[in-house]
Amino acid sequence: MSNKNEPIAIELAKKQQEISISEFFTKNRHLLGFDNPNRALMMTVKEAVDNSLDACEEMRVLPEISVTLSQLSENRIKVVVEDNGPGIVKKQIPNVFAKLLYGSKFHRLKMSRGQQGIGISASVLYSQLTTGKPTKIISKIDPKKPAHYYELGINTKTNEPQIFKEDELEWKKDHGTKIELEIEAKYQKGKQSVDEYIKETAISNPHARLIYTSPDNEKTEYLRATNELPKEAKEIKPHPHGIELGILIKMLHDTTEKTVQSFLQNDFSRIGPGTAREILDDAKITTKKPNELNSQEIEELFESLQKAKVIAPPTDCLSPIGEETLEKGLRKEITADFYATTTRSPTVYRGNPFVIEVGLAYGGDLEKETSVRMMRFANRVPLLYQQGACAITEAVTDINWKAYSLQQSSNSLPIGPVLVLIHIASVWVPFTSEAKEAIAHYDEIIKEIKLALQECGRKLGIYIRKTVMAGEQKEKISLFEKYIPELANSLSSLTGEKKELIQNKLQKILKKELPTLELENGAKE
Amino acid sequence: MAQKNKSSEKLKELGKKIVNDIDKNKNPNLEIPIRALSNIVYNKKTKTLELGNKTANRYFFNIAHAKKFLQTVEVASILKKELLDTGKHEHLRGVFYIAKRTIPETNINLVDDQTESDKIIEDLEVITGLSREQLHVSANKMGSMVGSITLVDSGDTIDCSRLGKGGYSIPSITDELDFKKVDAKYVLYMEKAAIFERLNEDKFWRKNNCILVTSQGQTTRGIRRLLQRLAEEKDLPIYVLCDGDIYGAYIYSVVKYGSIALAHASGRLTIPSVKYVGITMDDVNKYDLKKQLIKLTDQDLARMKQVSEYDWFKDNKDWQRQFKMMKELNGKVEIQALATKGVSFISEKYLPDKIKNKEFLE
Repeated sequence: MSNKNEPIAIELAKKQQEISISEFFTKNRHLLGFDNPNRALMMTVKEAVDNSLDACEEMRVLPEISVTLSQLSENRIKVVVEDNGPGIVKKQIPNVFAKLLYGSKFHRLKMSRGQQGIGISASVLYSQLTTGKPTKIISKIDPKKPAHYYELGINTKTNEPQIFKEDELEWKKDHGTKIELEIEAKYQKGKQSVDEYIKETAISNPHARLIYTSPDNEKTEYLRATNELPKEAKEIKPHPHGIELGILIKMLHDTTEKTVQSFLQNDFSRIGPGTAREILDDAKITTKKPNELNSQEIEELFESLQKAKVIAPPTDCLSPIGEETLEKGLRKEITADFYATTTRSPTVYRGNPFVIEVGLAYGGDLEKETSVRMMRFANRVPLLYQQGACAITEAVTDINWKAYSLQQSSNSLPIGPVLVLIHIASVWVPFTSEAKEAIAHYDEIIKEIKLALQECGRKLGIYIRKTVMAGEQKEKISLFEKYIPELANSLSSLTGEKKELIQNKLQKILKKELPTLELENGAKE
Repeated sequence: MAQKNKSSEKLKELGKKIVNDIDKNKNPNLEIPIRALSNIVYNKKTKTLELGNKTANRYFFNIAHAKKFLQTVEVASILKKELLDTGKHEHLRGVFYIAKRTIPETNINLVDDQTESDKIIEDLEVITGLSREQLHVSANKMGSMVGSITLVDSGDTIDCSRLGKGGYSIPSITDELDFKKVDAKYVLYMEKAAIFERLNEDKFWRKNNCILVTSQGQTTRGIRRLLQRLAEEKDLPIYVLCDGDIYGAYIYSVVKYGSIALAHASGRLTIPSVKYVGITMDDVNKYDLKKQLIKLTDQDLARMKQVSEYDWFKDNKDWQRQFKMMKELNGKVEIQALATKGVSFISEKYLPDKIKNKEFLE
């Protein structure tokens, strides 16, 4: 078995090979949302569409995205997503699509959709693992240049792109990217379907035109409700209160600054020379280079950063949907009688700026006797899973909806023909787990959601009381017209008087009494 | 004029009054005496519950009243046309079914359940001053009678001393019964049919020359009217036998003074001379029944508090003393508890002794 002269640890070390990220993915795909054929389809569409929307916004072009799903066999679906974004330069195409964790979105503090997934390359790998087919990419960056065509896979040992075919071709688009993958997948309808994801995306991105073809060959076109692009989100530096120890270590390692003092001043937001010195004093760190700190010192520094008295981070870096645009988005996809939206002022949780937006729709086609329909969004991306574990759900059930004329049993969702939409926009959305489908329960976030819900709820309550109650009152008054012939009939048979005479006179009295009737709200006998 | 024609005329008058309102371009209105404790007056002189002067207005053109108004007129017209004018009688449930229909072009039923039509019939009683019986409406018959009495019911002569275990089934309307021959010296009324069966099997009524009457729980109007007629027309003492609890006390008080719901009919139903024979808290002591006591519940105590404060109980020393004893013993007692002294103890010893010694509660 083992060599007597060698310590056991060395023996073991021979077996401990470095596990490549791709291998890790293969073994742990459930952690990343590819655990069943349903979710795999969703993840693939989501990664591709989120990338496209982000890219179009960065280029400041109104997005036009088509998603086409074709059923190839019982368990196999072809996913084609095409956008009019800036395209990708030739030499980056293999890296972007066929190398896991490639790219700049990890730990970048900017409100974007992309931080919510492991990246499109995970879908490419999934496709390769389940169907053995390469992923086909066409990308074009300039009308005057040809488009580049690639067929790609991933070397799971080295996490390097494998290029099966590359070519140049004519593409009628000025610029954009098209991705085509074959994956093992299952298409289903309902609350957690690609259909719902696309529809909700159309609501939270009213500036995008989406053309969606389902595996049933049903084509739906989601038109724009606005031609205005969202305000560009700005990247910000981390705030001392929002940092995690791991990130601090990585920042110390990566920084180009020569001293810890300048590292603090230049790599963080809201730290000036004075504050930097205070932090260093508190952490008892003297003159050292950032990469020379030992673990004890890093921990001290981390704690001092948390304690430091600094003003909140800038909040103008966020790009919420906006009250008006959100209402437009709701109106175009949800048929209702009443809409209310609100965008709160930006605020901060643990050093991370965030904004809460809420939209309510009432009546119309919405289902009456069931729990309200919820739509949750993080940085404009619909969250379709783990509703029960989400801080948003907690905030919604915490509200006393009876005050706004809805039915509700304690600690549960209200009942009624209502759609509740909640959007959290942040440079760093806190999720409960890697699946990134539920918002973590931060008091500051729950409080903001509740304030926004109450703001819209009050408007809804007023609407319900005015309109619906008035409608019921009217209905009751129209009852008199139904009652009159009945009363005339009974009186006629009781007294022998002519029915028509009594009826006509009652009609007259009704006209006379009508104004007072509307005032009386069911006075007791 | 026959009663049914009088009743029919009264209902017609009611209709005419409404038509008059309509002719005058007025919101049609019914003035209805309130049938609730707030409008009950205990008349100390006659010892009966009477309806006070408080009335409520029911308007047709009022969202909260309209349906009830319509129900009232509709039921009045049904009673007149279908019953009084044809000389037929109908059960409360039957009236409900005649009235039950959907109002055209709506999904609203004129009456949704029988309690609605029952209430409307009571409304019509207080509005017109006619009794339900005079309106030809009957209710469940739920009582039996045996004993030394012969009567004529719808032309049939019935000798109540020859009716076996079941006895004569007391009809819902007893106004028209004809008492042909009454030999009995008193009437014993009991709430429990089980006791009635015991006493009937023991031929108690033959040995003691009396009449036995039972209901099932609350005393129906038919039985109350029958007892009142026996008391007034045949001058018979009426004795009441109930469980020794607050509900027994209330059953007795309904027979004697009347009830809140039917205060408008007190004159035809109450029997101020009636006496309570048992079972009492004194009997518990006398016959050593403490082990047979059932513990009072919160509900019993709450009801006792309520009843003991009614005007017609407030100054009744006999009953206030009973209530006090119930509380002290923290118990109530059923008549059947006497069976521990022997199956026929009640008929051979308990009742004969009590009646002979006139051990009654007022």
